[in-house]
Amino acid sequence: MNLRYRLISLSAPILALSLSVLLTSLILTAIGKDPIETFVLMYDYGTTGKSLVSVFNRFIPLYISAIAVAVGFKMGLFNIGVEGQYLLSALLAAAIGASFSVSRPLHILLIMLIATAISSVWGAIAGYLKVNRGIHEVISTIMLNYIGTGIIAYLLGQVFNDEDAANLIPQTTPLPETGQIPSLNNLLNIEDLPSLHGFLPIAIFLGLIYYFLIWKTTLGYNLRITGQNPTAAKFSGVDPKRLTMLAMIISGGFAGLVGMGPLLSYHHQYSIDFPAGIGFAGIGVALLGRNHPVGMAFGAILFAFLERSSQILDLRDVPKEIETMMSAFILLIVVVFYEVIRRYIVTQQIKEASRQVDD
Amino acid sequence: MNKLTIFLREKYLVITPILLIISIAQLEQYSQLTTSGTFGAALRLSIPILLAGLGGLFSERTGIVNIGLEGMMIMGTWFTAWGGVLYGPWYGILFGLAGGALFGLIHAVATVSFQVDHIVSGVAINILAVGAGRFFNILAFDDYEYASSTASPIVEGEIGRITLPFISGGEINGSPTFNILGSLEEQNIILLSDIAGLLYGVTSNISYFSIISLLMIPGSIYLLWRTPLGLQMRSVGEFPSGSESLGVNVYLMKYTGVIISGALAGLAGAYLVLEGPSVYLEGQTNGRGFIGLASLLFGNYRPFGIFLGAGLFGFADALQLRSEESIHGLLIVIFLFMFILTARNIYQRNIRSGVLSGLVGLAFFVWFNNSTTIPIQFVYFTPHLTTLIVLSFASQKFRMPKSVGKPYKKGELS
Repeated sequence: MNLRYRLISLSAPILALSLSVLLTSLILTAIGKDPIETFVLMYDYGTTGKSLVSVFNRFIPLYISAIAVAVGFKMGLFNIGVEGQYLLSALLAAAIGASFSVSRPLHILLIMLIATAISSVWGAIAGYLKVNRGIHEVISTIMLNYIGTGIIAYLLGQVFNDEDAANLIPQTTPLPETGQIPSLNNLLNIEDLPSLHGFLPIAIFLGLIYYFLIWKTTLGYNLRITGQNPTAAKFSGVDPKRLTMLAMIISGGFAGLVGMGPLLSYHHQYSIDFPAGIGFAGIGVALLGRNHPVGMAFGAILFAFLERSSQILDLRDVPKEIETMMSAFILLIVVVFYEVIRRYIVTQQIKEASRQVDD
Repeated sequence: MNKLTIFLREKYLVITPILLIISIAQLEQYSQLTTSGTFGAALRLSIPILLAGLGGLFSERTGIVNIGLEGMMIMGTWFTAWGGVLYGPWYGILFGLAGGALFGLIHAVATVSFQVDHIVSGVAINILAVGAGRFFNILAFDDYEYASSTASPIVEGEIGRITLPFISGGEINGSPTFNILGSLEEQNIILLSDIAGLLYGVTSNISYFSIISLLMIPGSIYLLWRTPLGLQMRSVGEFPSGSESLGVNVYLMKYTGVIISGALAGLAGAYLVLEGPSVYLEGQTNGRGFIGLASLLFGNYRPFGIFLGAGLFGFADALQLRSEESIHGLLIVIFLFMFILTARNIYQRNIRSGVLSGLVGLAFFVWFNNSTTIPIQFVYFTPHLTTLIVLSFASQKFRMPKSVGKPYKKGELS
């Protein structure tokens, strides 16, 4: 694809963003608020140092969640179950991680490994059901989310609940010091700001791994051609069943790391306060970023920023849920624009080719 | 071979668990499994799933996958509460219908006019609906006393109820009649009393809304299989370019299908509100849109099959509300079922599956033997687990509309 088409493709998210701002403004006007004032308020609040730290902290799990979803998307597989996968694995990793103690890097690594393994297995169930029983992965992963929620509630309340805890909410025993990732504030000389999670470099590293996996390995190549043309992929020797299984396992593996940012660098234990909903939010980020590591990074930053900056609105008597609406608008409009632009480029390319033939 | 034998042969994996449940229900501690109360609750809980499933039917028969059913159902719940609070329950139903249809229209615009991937659009609609429900709720009910960001005020007013006279003891002109089914149920005769319980449960104290919803089954059959419009709609889901060449307006048919789909999902939401807590609550749909979709698969894209599927899931849902002991009884049902499955697998020389199902069965037996109840947290996901298990054993021979899920653009050969 040449540069011109790349630039045209890039216009889709920008147009979608503008149109969403416009729609949101219409709603704001309709409920009697000044849209410009509201957006300025959001921008000012969202760009304070404190807010930016919070945006980056939110970015970490959101980005990893998007990667997990994107692995499936690349081959046309919809892993809607990232939500259940990361929550269940975070709980078990937190509980198991607190039960032993080794030196620091090893302890952290082991906890991450446990989370990845459990999450992969949970994801593999959906893969198995699709390959062997023909159940569409959207239905099975959604059902597994509900089942996972029930299992989590049971384990947290009955099995892993820390009875010694001072407050009475169900929670696991806190991780020992060796299982915690220190914040980046000292390193970056920003001691006066709230803690910036130390998981950030790992999230960026995972983005790189995702890039190499999809664009530089045979497995990634097979995933991509299966996503674009399953029949062609099959005839080139790809085993679709095996690939589906693998994609669900890898996607589940990435999902297991979603909860690790909040767990290892901030919460240090699993409780009912543990951040939920990131698995669903990641779907939006993957769609917005078109499954590209850089695109998804921008998407995750954007959604994290909107989420944070909207917190100020309630204080100014604008329902902060306007942000949820705006995110959903962006999502819906951007998928339409991507499709329109894809079709436009295809017709242009056909025209170009026929012109070359004519010459 | 006659029809009955073929039916038994094909469906024994569905029939055996039903027989097992009936036998278990003869024991005193599990008698809750087949009382009229349970079946009445099962019917009430099946109807939203049924309506969502029929919604899925209209959409998929015209070739559009509708993962957004859940979102359209959420809109149904909120719009029903809104209309209901303002003008009463019957207007609530109309509002819910319209709210679902509106989101159906959005899905249609994205998938039909812009050829966006159907699942992508559906996922986006589900995300939009959650946000919109909460946002609308804050806007509309800001001044009401008993409302919060996640709950609406109560819808006042009743939708009437009716009991079948002469058979289930309904009243005629204010005087009671015989209650044949009710007294049969009390006799405790094996099978007969269980069936009487089922019939009594679904014929007594039924709301008009339930009756309207059940009428959607013959309604859908009539519309899709007995009218020219239905034929056109189905043809579009099978072979759109062929329909186009015969002068069918493919886009219009797809729009119609998806909007009807949204309306039915909206109706499902309305039912959840009005036959449930009479308020809109966030998370109220609890995945029932997706379970509706599962019942569509279970029913092999046919209205009556969807009804059976919805009944099954509704039954599982009803048990969780009725009694924890009953659910514990289901463990032994699963064990016996796995035992039968193991025997079948070994008979068919399928040793690996045989060992697997044997181990699963054994695990359930150990669990049953070492406990008296099931943790309450597990009871909540009974319907979802049932959905997965049922689909695992039933979803082998689908005959889905041929072009379902494929984008169609006018003038291009699909």
